[in-house]
Order: sequence, then C-alpha cells, then structure tokens
Amino acid sequence: MNLTARRKALSGLVVFLCGSAVAVALVPLFFVFAYVLQKGFSSLSWDFFTKMPKPVGETGGGMANAMLGTLYLIAIASVLAVPVGVIAGVYLSEYGKKPFGSLVRFTADVLNGVPSIVIGIFAYGLAVLPVKHFSALAGGLALGFMMVPIITRTTEELLNLVPGSLREGSLALGATRARAAFSVMVPAALPGIMTGILVALARIAGETAPLLFTAFNNRYFSARLDQPISSLPVQIYTYAVAPYEDWHRQAWAGALVLVGFVFVFSVLARVVTRRLERMHRT
Amino acid sequence: MSDTLEASVEAPAEPRTAPPIPGREGRPEAPSSPPARSRMESRKLNFSYGAKQALWDISLKIPEKTVTAFIGPSGCGKSTYLRCLNRMNDIIPDTRVEGEVLLDGRDIYGPGMDVVDLRRRVGMVFQKSNPFPKSIFDNVAYGLRINGLCSRAEMPERVEKALRRSALWEEAKDRLDTSAMGLSGGQQQRLCIARALAVEPEVLLMDEPCSALDPIATAKVEELIHELRVDFTIVIVTHNMQQAARVSESTAFFMLGRLVEHDRTEKIFTNPGQKITEDYITGRFG
Repeated sequence: MNLTARRKALSGLVVFLCGSAVAVALVPLFFVFAYVLQKGFSSLSWDFFTKMPKPVGETGGGMANAMLGTLYLIAIASVLAVPVGVIAGVYLSEYGKKPFGSLVRFTADVLNGVPSIVIGIFAYGLAVLPVKHFSALAGGLALGFMMVPIITRTTEELLNLVPGSLREGSLALGATRARAAFSVMVPAALPGIMTGILVALARIAGETAPLLFTAFNNRYFSARLDQPISSLPVQIYTYAVAPYEDWHRQAWAGALVLVGFVFVFSVLARVVTRRLERMHRT
Repeated sequence: MSDTLEASVEAPAEPRTAPPIPGREGRPEAPSSPPARSRMESRKLNFSYGAKQALWDISLKIPEKTVTAFIGPSGCGKSTYLRCLNRMNDIIPDTRVEGEVLLDGRDIYGPGMDVVDLRRRVGMVFQKSNPFPKSIFDNVAYGLRINGLCSRAEMPERVEKALRRSALWEEAKDRLDTSAMGLSGGQQQRLCIARALAVEPEVLLMDEPCSALDPIATAKVEELIHELRVDFTIVIVTHNMQQAARVSESTAFFMLGRLVEHDRTEKIFTNPGQKITEDYITGRFG
C-alpha cells in the first residue's frame, strides 16, 4: 500500500470514529426527546396548562400549579443566587490570585459536584427544621445553592477573557479597582455572564432531589414564601409512582413541558448572548 | 549623565496657538528666559519586578507645558518609568519602588497620597487604544462620572470640549450614541485621548500612542499633541525617532534601565552629550 492510500485510509478511520462518537452522544438525547414527545404530547391540553390537579380518583385536571411553582422557585433561586454568584465571580477574577481566592475557587468546584440530594438536606436543615415547615423559600434556597458555583465560575472565566487593557484604562482615569470591575469589566463580559446565568437556570429547572424535602409539594398554588409549593419535577415524580393511569399520562405531559422549559432557557441563552454581543460591536 | 535641561529649557514663550507642524519651523528656542518649572520629577527612582530590577537611579525633571519624549531600545525601561509616574505599576503584583517621584513637589509614593486622585491628575493614553465597549459619549463621560467632576447638565458640554480638543468632534458628533468599537483605529486612539483629557489632567502620559496607527492617523495624533502642549504637560514614549524629533521639546534617552541623558530635543538629535546616544539615534544599534 503506498503512502497516499495509507494516509487516506487513516483519515477515513478517524472521521468514522469522530462520527460514531457524535452519534453515541446524540442518539440517547434524540430518543429521550422522541419518547417524551410521543408519550406526553397526546396528553397536552388547554386544561393541563390552566387547571389545578383534581382530587384523587377523579380524572382530568392539570399541572398549572406545578408549572407556576417551578417558575416561582426559579425566580426565588435567581434572586438569591445571581448577585452572590456574580459578585463572587468578580472577586475571583479581580482579587482571586491570593491563596484565599484558590480556596474559594476550590470550594465552588466542590459545591458544584455535591449531589443535589445533599444540597436539599442542607437547605432542609437550614430553612425547614428551625421553622418545622416546608416552604417555597427553602426550595428556592436549595436551588440557589446549586446555581451559585455555576454562576461564580462562568463569571470569573468570562471576566478573565476581557482584555486587561480595559481595566488599566479605567484605573488610569481615576477609578478604584472595584469601580473598574463593575463599570467596565462586568459590562464588557455581560453577554457571557447572562449565558452563564441562563445555563444555570436550565440546569436547576429540572432538579427534583433538592426540592423533595424543602419546597415539598402542594396540590394548590400559594405565592407565599413560607408555604410549600409544587414544582414540575416533584409533581412528575409523585404522579409517576402513583397507581393511577391518568396520573401517569399527566406525568408524561409534565415531563414534556419540563423539557420544553429547559429548551426555552437554552435558546434564550443563545439569543440574549447574540443580542448583547451585537450591541457591543456596532 | 547630564541633566542640563533644567537650566537650558524655558517655558514656551510663544502665543497660545498651535504652531505649524511640518518641519517644526518657528520652534521657540530663546534660552534667555527663566528656566521652566518642572511639573514632575523623580529622584533616584529604582524599580523592580520581583528580583529583576528594571530601573536604576533615575533622576529626571519633566518641565511644565512642554512635550518630553522618552526614547530607547525595547526593554530599556522607558514604559516602566512612564507607568511609575501615575503608579500604574501598582496593579502588577510583586513590584517594588524606591526613591521619590514628585508631582508639584509632593511624593506620589508618600503616605497619604490618594492613588485615585493622582491618576486623575496624571492621565494616561496606552499603546493599544482601549475604548470601553460603551457609546462614544459614555467613553468620554466615564472619567467625569466616576470622579463626580461635573453635574449631569454640564456633561454634554464637557464631552464636546474634550472631543474638540482631541480633534474628533467633527467625525463623532453625529454618532455619539453609537458604540466606540465602531470607530477606526486612529479614531479610537483619539477617543482615548479625549477620554483622558475630559478629566482635565495636569500631566498626560502617552505610551507609544501611535505604534498601532497608520501614517495618516499618526500625523493627526502628532498634530494633536502639538496643540495640547499649550495646556498640558505631556510625556510620550516612542520608538520612532522622527516622531520624538517632531513633537517634543525635550528628549530623554533610556538604556538598560538607566537614564543616559536628558536634554533639549534639538541638542539630543544634533549634538548629544553621550556617544551611545548618538549611536542609537543614528541607527548603529537598537
């Protein structure tokens, strides 16, 4: 076999391997999507989006409370986690060269890897045990704990990508270090930071474990922070393990809606990033 | 090492209009008038990055309302020295400064010196233009805002003044709200100059401001420097010998972290005191 033929064969082999790897990565995703769509789509109805659950034994009703609850929990988590995460990210990027910075970075990475059920237990101990009451706040807190390390690390990484010459330019005009960070560096990194926040949202939107004994569940909807609240993942879990055919049907529909939520967040992340980037260019 | 400048250069005695640029004819020479007040001065300044010493015993007086050029081969410490004058080196970890840098007689490294205030008074323009990813207006207004230098109502006026001074007004007045990133390289650099001028600094440090610009943009910036020296004390680091000769009244030659000589530009370029200066200027090395 001459050299050219051998090179071509090798190249073909590598392309084949890469293609197979991509297929292995994408096929499960495709099947999950297809299966959820097939099982859930037929059960989607106007009622499903607008009605509360019916009492046990009756068919019909919807998951309006769970959808609203998930959005509510995400909102609580964001309000708690976004400021903390972004500011911690700024700290790591601007002052994080010291040993303490490495400690914070390491801690964030560990926190990111902690199983979500453990985070749930922590939030339970923090916000449920003392008041002896499940609450939306405890659920939001648990989800917030999961968001913080993701936001912190993306913020740090994106700030590190902003040219240091911008910081110098700001300092040379008489800005303090913190002023330079928040008035020049953060705005310059904003598209990426927004993406990081939305990715974190997509990540926590489907979490069940941290909510099981914090937000618990609620067959009604209450906007009160100190009351238990329903969420899609917990509702799906509850319905899926129940012995009623109609509930199984609704669990599939709920799963489809949840996947839809995550999908929307991901698309939103892309769109927002593009928008903001374009604003910076022209 | 001669530092005869103090005795020989005097305050510019010309009227406050921009002199013609090409060839710099009509440059004031009158050595009979009183010596220039020096605005900044360093005394035995030593500077090191970690264990590596970059500046050795630099004593230099920067005369007021003139243009002083720093020349020398790459790595000779001229930029490092420039950055010592507004303490920009503070942000580099593990650096050490010894000696004094005086601004109007006060040691800027002394206790009680507010670095933020210092940097407002001693502005800086960088080698690579670094406009903020904001609108043109917001770029110029930035320094005014963070220092609380003027009211919201005065802002447009101050921004216009700075842009006019940096000869960017005509090109930018219809697009003040658009992003500064849309300007050309030369315009961006003039925007950075406008940004620095807006806070009314006393001294303006320029670190190779034209090295990334084409000849036409360079000519514009040089013309600008020429006009600005009427109101500001300007220090410019340059690799371009012709540029130093064109824009400056006095020139300091740096070599291996030391100040070799500092004198009137004309003297440096026609009759330097040191052999090595002559060798560098005539292109025998560097």
